[in-house]
Amino acid sequence: MMRHPHVWMGLLLWSIFSQAQAAWTVNMAPGATEISHAVFDLHMTIFWICVVIGIIVFGAMFWSMILHRRSTGQVAAKFHESTTVEILWTIVPFIILVAMAVPATATLIKMYDASEPDIDIQVTGYQWKWHYKYLGQDVEFFSNLATPADQIHNKEAKGEHYLLEVDKPLVLPIGAKVRFLVTSADVIHSWWVPAFAVKRDAIPGFVNEAWTRVEKPGIYRGQCAELCGKDHGFMPIVVEVKEKADYEKWLGERKAEAAQLKELTSKEWTLDELKERGDKVYHTACVACHQAEGQGLPPMFPALKGSKIATGPIKDHLSIVFHGKPGTAMAAFGKQLSEVDIAAVVTYERNAWGNNKGDMVTPKEVLELKQAESK
Amino acid sequence: MSAVIDDHGHADHAHGPAKGLMRWVLTTNHKDIGTLYLWFAFSMFLLGGSFAMVIRAELFQPGLQIVQPEFFNQMTTMHGLVMVFGAVMPAFVGLANWMIPLMVGAPDMALPRMNNFSFWLLPAAFIMLVSTLFTPGGGPNFGWTFYAPLSTTYAPESVTFFIFAIHLMGISSIMGAINVIATILNLRAPGMTLMKMPLFVWTWLITAFLLIAVMPVLAGCVTMMLMDIHFGTSFFSAAGGGDPVLFQHVFWFFGHPEVYIMILPAFGAVSSIIPTFSRKPLFGYTSMVYATASIAFLSFIVWAHHMFVVGIPLVGELFFMYATLLIAVPTGVKVFNWASTMWQGSLTFETPMLFAVAFVILFSIGGFSGLMLAIAPADFQYQDTYFVVAHFHYVLVPGAIFGIFASAYYWMPKWTGHMYDETLGKLHFWLSFIGMNMAFFPMHFVGLAGMPRRIPDYNLQFADFNMVSSIGAFMFGATQIFFLFIVIKTIRGGPPAPAKPWDGAEGLEWSIPSPAPYHTFTTPPEVK
Amino acid sequence: MADSISMKKLVTRLLLVVVAMFVFGFALVPIYDVMCKAFGINGKTAGQYEGEQTVDASRQVRVQFLSTNSADMSWDFYPKHDELTANPGAVNEMIFIAHNPTDKPMSAQAVPSIAPSAAAAYFHKTECFCFTQQVLQPGQRIEMPVRFIVDRDMPKEVKHLTLSYTLFDITARHPPVAVNTGG
Repeated sequence: MMRHPHVWMGLLLWSIFSQAQAAWTVNMAPGATEISHAVFDLHMTIFWICVVIGIIVFGAMFWSMILHRRSTGQVAAKFHESTTVEILWTIVPFIILVAMAVPATATLIKMYDASEPDIDIQVTGYQWKWHYKYLGQDVEFFSNLATPADQIHNKEAKGEHYLLEVDKPLVLPIGAKVRFLVTSADVIHSWWVPAFAVKRDAIPGFVNEAWTRVEKPGIYRGQCAELCGKDHGFMPIVVEVKEKADYEKWLGERKAEAAQLKELTSKEWTLDELKERGDKVYHTACVACHQAEGQGLPPMFPALKGSKIATGPIKDHLSIVFHGKPGTAMAAFGKQLSEVDIAAVVTYERNAWGNNKGDMVTPKEVLELKQAESK
Repeated sequence: MSAVIDDHGHADHAHGPAKGLMRWVLTTNHKDIGTLYLWFAFSMFLLGGSFAMVIRAELFQPGLQIVQPEFFNQMTTMHGLVMVFGAVMPAFVGLANWMIPLMVGAPDMALPRMNNFSFWLLPAAFIMLVSTLFTPGGGPNFGWTFYAPLSTTYAPESVTFFIFAIHLMGISSIMGAINVIATILNLRAPGMTLMKMPLFVWTWLITAFLLIAVMPVLAGCVTMMLMDIHFGTSFFSAAGGGDPVLFQHVFWFFGHPEVYIMILPAFGAVSSIIPTFSRKPLFGYTSMVYATASIAFLSFIVWAHHMFVVGIPLVGELFFMYATLLIAVPTGVKVFNWASTMWQGSLTFETPMLFAVAFVILFSIGGFSGLMLAIAPADFQYQDTYFVVAHFHYVLVPGAIFGIFASAYYWMPKWTGHMYDETLGKLHFWLSFIGMNMAFFPMHFVGLAGMPRRIPDYNLQFADFNMVSSIGAFMFGATQIFFLFIVIKTIRGGPPAPAKPWDGAEGLEWSIPSPAPYHTFTTPPEVK
Repeated sequence: MADSISMKKLVTRLLLVVVAMFVFGFALVPIYDVMCKAFGINGKTAGQYEGEQTVDASRQVRVQFLSTNSADMSWDFYPKHDELTANPGAVNEMIFIAHNPTDKPMSAQAVPSIAPSAAAAYFHKTECFCFTQQVLQPGQRIEMPVRFIVDRDMPKEVKHLTLSYTLFDITARHPPVAVNTGG
């Protein structure tokens, strides 16, 4: 075994190092964009310059601390001035600083060039959540912390992405230049994703620009970086970067959702419109069991014509369509049909086959029920 | 040991201090006032430190255990305010009160009554400030930088008390600064030309000018806040046509020079201590003076480097980046001068020297991280993370605080007439040194890994280093109670100190007996 | 002491410095405004258009419109179109719509901002609903125009700019005058 000490040494180092990867991270990550790599390189360059200067200066100090002690019999020299040396250590640092400033300037200019973006996203900070709006796409949503309160209060084990997880992440395609227009609706926040080297203050009344172009798909996490009140530590940022096609698919889904929402909230539905639409829905989703004339197939599938449910309180009717009936074949359509369809089909059932109740459920009410349930 | 020196028959002057409590309330003696300042600063240091302990206890582990986020924010805010305005600044004013008249050969500060008043404003201010913690809405919770609109539209009710407290502290500092300038410019002993003054006097002179230049701006800033909150103006409120970013410009116009206010006097003290224990004159005295003056000048044109991510235009970013990088030049000159002073000296390492050497090394580390922060593109990653917290604690703890400790040990024999216990002093140093590095070094790592500052809870990846930080902080905190013990022990007894306890020391303060008599230099000494 | 006169002088001078610096703190407000206008800091838009009134047909600029409500603002507030294409030198118009869905009269102030800030100094509004406060009665909906000219001197690199408005509820500070509807 001892014939290959370097192997064991290597293994030992590797295990320490891989441990270090887990929790003892000591450095910035290079990130996922060209800019973040440039920033990382700058950071490391300046770090090493500092290390070298540190070694020289501290080396000299330790040299005198060890060799020029009184206990070694050292007699103090008398010199206390040297114009040459003073000039030298004014000019040399100045040159080093200029050398640092050149690449820093170049990187900064790149960071400031947000022109000609492929996608514009408005990022708005709220106490204590982020709002994203894809400009020109009618897609917008809030992104809230998804970590359960029980984890925060130590009642259950904390997950890997503790405090760095959200209900709805920002989704971006790879390779596209994305411009962020950052603003705030209340106090100052700061939108920061370390992997993109993007950090911009969100300031009420003002709009700030930032941009990124991510080359690798993945999930990138960040946090609000400016103290914004009580839950400043609880408003993370999660960005999911997808392949172009996946992004388009996602965007399409969000657009459909948005269109639907618009339909719900903007349109005033009449009883006849709902009945008409409900007829169609009934004949695709319900007809197999409850039959074309609402007579059902008792005892397995009860009739709706003249039934207690379809002529009773409207709330109970909606609830059973929405939630289904456990232990029976009645499914929970709340998850399967859109709000409009649920409202339409309930309205239809109450006003067909001689069930002349004359009342209706609006899509908005279904939406409210849905929102109440999801809380 | 009776401290009788000739008072040259000022009939209306008492020969010694008055008896009892009223001595301290009514005193106009620079040594009494210096002592008051130092004790006040130390008690605020412990108070601000206890706030830090609450912060570190909450951050010991991920999850919320000890305090809720609302209170956590009050703790970070109060910790900052108390340490900056209650501990560091008054400690330096205390040192100035004690030492400047002794160093320039003046009988007292130039304006003794004002001196008394400027001290007694401070306890009033801090009682007002700290009492807000007990109000129903809680104390200030918007960070010591109190950015609007969090500190205006969204502030707790107590913000008004906070504003008045800041006003009182400001008035106190301004009066203290005027006093220092008047003493240095007008009361120097014959022959004490400006370029013969000890560097502590020089750095304090420059600090005092910084104070009278920027404390009024801070006063203006909080006055504008007050008007926004109570009188319907809109300096910082976007809704009324104001600008929250303007707040940050005004604040940092004060704030950046303020940073140097907290470090320049320490530069001066260390510039006395290192030559003493190197038994060699300070290297490059003249360049030290010019370096200090250039740092002070540059401090007025770099403020926006605190605001790199606010969205200032590219040209602005570049200007402030270059100006900030320039500060490294005079700061470097100072560090090189200290290192050269030690070079080929005859070094001993009594407690003041230990603190002074640690000051130079650790302050330089803070300077290096400062250099990194000055690089605007990199600052996009560092800004508002624990990297910044590590940076400013490296310049303020081993910088300002170690500078104050070094001064305290260095001049304690002169103040008390007793030598402190060298073993205990060294123990205090090493515990502080280890505790401080354990507390603050890992903050660089968590900051680079992406942990924002001012958060009460964090992701598991930051857990290990935070625990190390907390343990270091507890160690550092406990050590300072030990310092209290050392000081009390020294006041109550110990080997009597000779007039000049350090063989390599230079300066007028060592020409008078220890403890320094109540009245000194009533006849000005002759300076060659 | 001979020093006492100069001491008085010195202290007086130092106090003058203090007062001057206090005033300077306030002077930073107009100084900042001037700097903002000159350099477009924080997207403050430029003043009156003084350039040539002729249209530069050789290039086009995309102007995007954003609307944000302050968190406590319950109005609906949005531009009629997300963007338009403008030629420098020409007067353009965009309509913003505001609707007060509450049952109380409210006043609001819109605050404009331009990104990128490099373009702000070249963006001139000739008419804007942000110049004055807006008062809306319960349920009232209005169309508010903004007219602007993009400066002919705007740097050629800027092809895309964003005009953003944040709407603040200022009812508490500027109570709207109640309209007597005769009922």
